[in-house]
Amino acid sequence: MNNLPKAFDDFSEARRNSFIKVKDYKDEGEHIVGIFCTFTPIEVIYAAGAHPISLCGMSDETIPDAERDLPKNLCPLIKSSYGFALTDKCPFTYFSDIIVGETTCDGKKKMYEYLNQIKPMHVMQLPQATDREHALSVWKNEIIILKERLEEEFNVKITDDDLKKAIKKCNEERIALKELYSLSKICPPPITGMELHTVLHGASFTFDKDEQNKKIMDMVEQLKEEHANGVRKVEEDAPRILITGCPMGGVADKLIPIIESNGAVVVCYENCSGIKEKSRLVDETKDPVEAIAEKYLNVGCSVMAPNDNRIELMSELIDEYKVDGVIDVILQACHTYNVETRRIKEFVTEEKDIPYMSIETDYSQADEGQLKTRVAAFIEML
Amino acid sequence: MYYAGVDIGSTAAKTALFENDKLIDAFVVPTGWSSIETANTIKEKIISKGIKEEEMKVVATGYGRVSVPYAHKTITEITCHGKGAAYLTGEDCTVIDIGGQDTKVITVENGMIVDFLMNDKCSAGTGRFLEIMANTLGVDIDTLCDLAETGGDISISSMCTVFAESEVISLIGRGEKKEDIAYAIVDSIISKVASLCNKHSEGTNYYLTGGLCECDYIVRSLSEKLKSPVKTNPMARYAGAIGAGVLAQKIK
Ligand code: SF4
Ligand code: SF4
Repeated sequence: MNNLPKAFDDFSEARRNSFIKVKDYKDEGEHIVGIFCTFTPIEVIYAAGAHPISLCGMSDETIPDAERDLPKNLCPLIKSSYGFALTDKCPFTYFSDIIVGETTCDGKKKMYEYLNQIKPMHVMQLPQATDREHALSVWKNEIIILKERLEEEFNVKITDDDLKKAIKKCNEERIALKELYSLSKICPPPITGMELHTVLHGASFTFDKDEQNKKIMDMVEQLKEEHANGVRKVEEDAPRILITGCPMGGVADKLIPIIESNGAVVVCYENCSGIKEKSRLVDETKDPVEAIAEKYLNVGCSVMAPNDNRIELMSELIDEYKVDGVIDVILQACHTYNVETRRIKEFVTEEKDIPYMSIETDYSQADEGQLKTRVAAFIEML
Repeated sequence: MYYAGVDIGSTAAKTALFENDKLIDAFVVPTGWSSIETANTIKEKIISKGIKEEEMKVVATGYGRVSVPYAHKTITEITCHGKGAAYLTGEDCTVIDIGGQDTKVITVENGMIVDFLMNDKCSAGTGRFLEIMANTLGVDIDTLCDLAETGGDISISSMCTVFAESEVISLIGRGEKKEDIAYAIVDSIISKVASLCNKHSEGTNYYLTGGLCECDYIVRSLSEKLKSPVKTNPMARYAGAIGAGVLAQKIK
């Protein structure tokens, strides 16, 4: 029986459903750890017996509140996240026992100073680059400090065994999700970019990962079957787009439909709301702290300078997903990604020899008309 | 067969008519309050030339492109301006289109659009900016350009149209010469356009399209700012419509 529509709905409802779940957990005395970023080693949180949940602000609803404390020309993700904490409008933030952040971009790390006045916070100090030998040992130490902080907060002892179990669990989720997003390598993809986003995004808000993995594997089977039976959701010749840049949870509903209604299809999300972190596993054969440190230090985010890991991952993805054009999504006032557009443009157009476009946008609808024209023109060019 | 390119811009609606692959006519009407009405006026004009609706394919472009009910296809003004410029020059070029609402820089290679850049939300550096400033000075755009040619020496520092307008008002209040203020206005828009060009890439063979192409002074000062000759052609204001007409020939 085809229950794909319902399966997609489950993922688009995941965030809302988890609101109730999070309260149940709290009532049962379990712990919630709020996180903001792909650098957060969630394995350590699981190993402490707690539940990690993403707090990234994705709506402009709380931005005016945040702007009382924060400057206007700051990235909407930072303002929105802070606004949710300030106004108690996000149940995840509200129920978090502690929030873990990292010294990534300047805006975020300074915002954490204020967030710390509202909620208990733990800020990990992230190295600025990966190329010094000490970067890895610094990050390893930070992971140990996080481990100790969680042990103290939740009054538990985290053993190597706990860490190894958590690593295995997280890898299982990564593998399941990879089965799904890899389907877009097929031409035409059996899944639209919007559907793919819904699942990847929903997965950052679910708690029961075993159930989630099962749902995803079912979904993969059904999508394969549909495809084999000749069902085509996407035109054979639809230009294949890779999206890179800032986390796009807050602009996905605006942007993806514009791309896909103009006849193209998003086959890959290289960003943090996509597969940036999910595409690499944590080595299960190594010392767990070492393995975790290694994996997260190598996330290809623009806060690292230089950021060769992003180029490396993009290079693989562009080939594997037979990408026809790259769209770099920059949230307004995100300096690191914005500065990096030049390098990405050169890499994409010169080394990969395909068209590239960057767009700077925010959570409002104000630029929708202009985005439509720009995206349509880009797709006409492909 | 006839092919029509209809480019509904924010202030002017341009039409280019082809008989097979030959450009036979081009005309402009002002865009009124309603884009649909403007589109219908255009249709009547075409029909009055003895062309039947059934023997014509239409591509609509420009910001009002969705309001042309009889269009067979809509294509963005970016693609159409690029194609139109390629038709007019017949060579690789970097198209600069100063439109009423936005300004774009488009790279054309072998008749294909390979890259483009558009200004942000803001109206500085667009035709709208010139229009507002000309209004403030109480002249039309052509006169503004003529005045600018003999002026010099002052500049407007605000990038934002609203602030620039009050700057112009205070310059008038201070008794500055109209010519000098006009010079400052044109200089401001040209600098903004040039910086968009520089951001885009190292342009070669610049080609100006849009309503300002007939203003010699604009073309000259843009060449100076870019340190590279800017070409244009009186037909270049129809580039979007011509490009749309060229693309209409591909409709089956
Ligand atoms: S883009 Fe960088 S800072 Fe932002 S969530 Fe991803 S890894 Fe963290
Ligand atoms: S999008 Fe950019 S500015 Fe915003 S939080 Fe991420 S790295 Fe920082």
